[in-house]
Amino acid sequence: MATLARLQARSLTVGNEYYFRNSVVDPFRNKENDAAVKIQSWFRGCQVRAYIRHLHRIVTIIQKWWRGFLGRKQYQLTVQVAYYTMMMNLYNAMAVRIQRRWRGYRVRKYLFNYYYLKEYLRVVSETNDAIRKALEEFAEMKEREEKKANLEREEKKRDYQARKMHYLLSTKQIPGIYNSPFRKEPDPWELQLQKAKPLTHQRPKVKQKYSTSLTDWLACTSARSFPRSEILPPINRKKCQGPFRDITEVLEQRYKPLEPTLRVAEPIDELKLAREDLRRKEWLRNVNDNMFLPFSSYHKNEKYIPSMHLSSKYSPISHKEQFRSEDPKKWICDKDFQTVLPSFELFSKYGKLYSKAGQIV
Amino acid sequence: MSLLRPLLLDVVPTIQQTAALALGRLANYNDDLAEAVVKGDILPQLVYSLAEQNRFYKKAAAFVLRAVGKHSPQLAQAIVDCGALDTLVICLEDFDPGVKEAAAWALGYIARHNAELSQAVVDAGAVPLLVLCIQEPEIALKRIAASALSDIAKHSPELAQTVVDAGAVAHLAQMILNPDAKLKHQVLSALSQVAKHSVDLAEMVVEAEIFPVVLTCLKDKDEYVKKNACTLIREIAKHTPELSQLVVNAGGAAAVIDCIGSCKGNTRLPGIMMLGYVAAHSENLAMAVIISKGVPQLSVCLSEEPEDHIKAAAAWALGQIGRHTPEHARAVAVTNTLPVLLSLYMSTESSEDLQVKSKKAIKNILQKCTYLPALEPFLYDAPPNILKHVVGQFSKVLPHDSKARRLFVTSGGLKKVQEIKAEPGSLLQDYINSINNCYPEEIVRYYSPGYSDTLLQRVDSYQPLIN
Repeated sequence: MATLARLQARSLTVGNEYYFRNSVVDPFRNKENDAAVKIQSWFRGCQVRAYIRHLHRIVTIIQKWWRGFLGRKQYQLTVQVAYYTMMMNLYNAMAVRIQRRWRGYRVRKYLFNYYYLKEYLRVVSETNDAIRKALEEFAEMKEREEKKANLEREEKKRDYQARKMHYLLSTKQIPGIYNSPFRKEPDPWELQLQKAKPLTHQRPKVKQKYSTSLTDWLACTSARSFPRSEILPPINRKKCQGPFRDITEVLEQRYKPLEPTLRVAEPIDELKLAREDLRRKEWLRNVNDNMFLPFSSYHKNEKYIPSMHLSSKYSPISHKEQFRSEDPKKWICDKDFQTVLPSFELFSKYGKLYSKAGQIV
Repeated sequence: MSLLRPLLLDVVPTIQQTAALALGRLANYNDDLAEAVVKGDILPQLVYSLAEQNRFYKKAAAFVLRAVGKHSPQLAQAIVDCGALDTLVICLEDFDPGVKEAAAWALGYIARHNAELSQAVVDAGAVPLLVLCIQEPEIALKRIAASALSDIAKHSPELAQTVVDAGAVAHLAQMILNPDAKLKHQVLSALSQVAKHSVDLAEMVVEAEIFPVVLTCLKDKDEYVKKNACTLIREIAKHTPELSQLVVNAGGAAAVIDCIGSCKGNTRLPGIMMLGYVAAHSENLAMAVIISKGVPQLSVCLSEEPEDHIKAAAAWALGQIGRHTPEHARAVAVTNTLPVLLSLYMSTESSEDLQVKSKKAIKNILQKCTYLPALEPFLYDAPPNILKHVVGQFSKVLPHDSKARRLFVTSGGLKKVQEIKAEPGSLLQDYINSINNCYPEEIVRYYSPGYSDTLLQRVDSYQPLIN
């Protein structure tokens, strides 16, 4: 009941309220409509957005996976390329190392050896020094020889001068010009004059006619090349003193045939050779070489009794023993003495000599 | 001439001889008289009677032939045409040494002119007889025979080969030891004429064991002997590096350098050329020349000698020595020869040859020179084409050596480099840029020309901070 009362109390206002609410609500209804629309649209938008987000997420995942896949493929390629490049670089570097070593070795061994060059240059400079020294010595030697030759020439000239001026030498009576009494000591020329041998006067020679033309223009002027004139100059020796031999004798002596002495004609050991010759001939002839022994054996046992001459100790002097010691170690020469001595000729040249020495004229 | 000619046919032999002698003296004096002798138809008569007469006549007739033949090739040809060569060769076989000498002299003068005449002499069979003449005891005959062989061999390799085939080289080599100066001079000249043509001939001369005897000739008192000995060594050394090495190993380089030091004038020339040839073959040989103290001697020659051709030879030789490696260039630069070479190149009095050779030498040495103290003077007075090389060398060395950089700055080189005007893009500009890159900016700006002016300008335009 209370409720009903309440309701009835309110029923009056219900209409107003109802009308009021309806009319009042209208703008609110629009507003609320709009709000509801807004809310719905917002919500729908959120829905859609959520859906889209969802889709995005899914698509992202798909794309992520796809891109990852592509990337991994690319990465593999890149890695391969990088690996390849790295290996090639490594190989290059190693090859460079090998080539470097090999080129260095080759140049040093086959093309250009630095130490050898250094050594060569050192040797060359040593040779140069040696040659320079040798050449200097050579030049010095030449100079010395020249100086010596010059000095000798000077000496000779002075000596010749002194010989020519020998007459100016001072004597006991007259002091020479180089030995003036007013001088403290004689001039050196004085000593030179004393040492020199006087120059003898030349005997007047026969004037030789030269054909002057032929010698002037040739450098080769040795006396062998040509004589100075047509005829030979006369021999102006002193004449030989006579008496002269007979010309036939002279010619006989000049053209005498050879007459060798017996000694020369026969060899010195001819006897020995003749003996050997005889022995050889006998050996040829003999059938049996053994010496013939006597048949009887009596003699075999018999002792030989030498004769008195041979049994004494005073044996005939063997000249060999007399002259030579018995100890062979004392001999100077181990050859035996000559038993065959050369002959000497006393009378072989008698009457055959050319000179008249010793002959009774 | 018309009077003398019938006297040649006179009965008395002395008159014949004297007439021949007179003709010889006339022909000896003058070219035209010799032609007159030839035109007067005297030669056939002489040649005919040469074969028969006694030795005085032979000598006089050979004298006439020699006097006629020495003036010109045409006269010598005239002598060959009248058949004198065969009779002269017969005279070479005579017993008398005077006749042989006269005949050899005549043959030598004929062969001197050109290759055809030499060939004619060789075809007449003179060479073996000349070789026999060399072995004779008379010194004058030896001299003349050696000189004749030298005249024959000098024209062509085939003639030289003929002389060698006759066995002359061994005898000539033995005669080097003879004390007579004129003989040595002729013998050395003959050997050098043989050796100059080809490698084989040079080797044959070397095989005759002339080293080290030849080096004693370099110390002889006579100038000509020294000159000819240097010529011989030069002709041997110039063919191949092996021969040069042989010469150097025997101590030839040192001996030649001493010889150059003791001579003056033209006698030095073959020695200088020999050093140049040896150094040109390889760098080891050039180094050997350097350690034999060759470079100071050559630079002395370069500065002392008055004649241009000797200076040119010395410049060439120095260039050959210095062009191989920086070591060599340094050895040359240390002796202060580069300024001398530069002055020779720049001076207007030098002949063209000298200028060309000194320029080449400078270029060759500069391209390898890393010895900077010697290069610095070049920055100041060199002409542009050489300056380019100098700056190039600096630009190669400075980036690597800090001490050199410091020295370069303190000696004023950097300043000079800044002052050089070069077209942009040219090689010179590149070098200058690379040098500038070695130094910090401030220093380069400090040394650039007109820097003091720019500084002063900055002072002028500076507003002092007023607090």
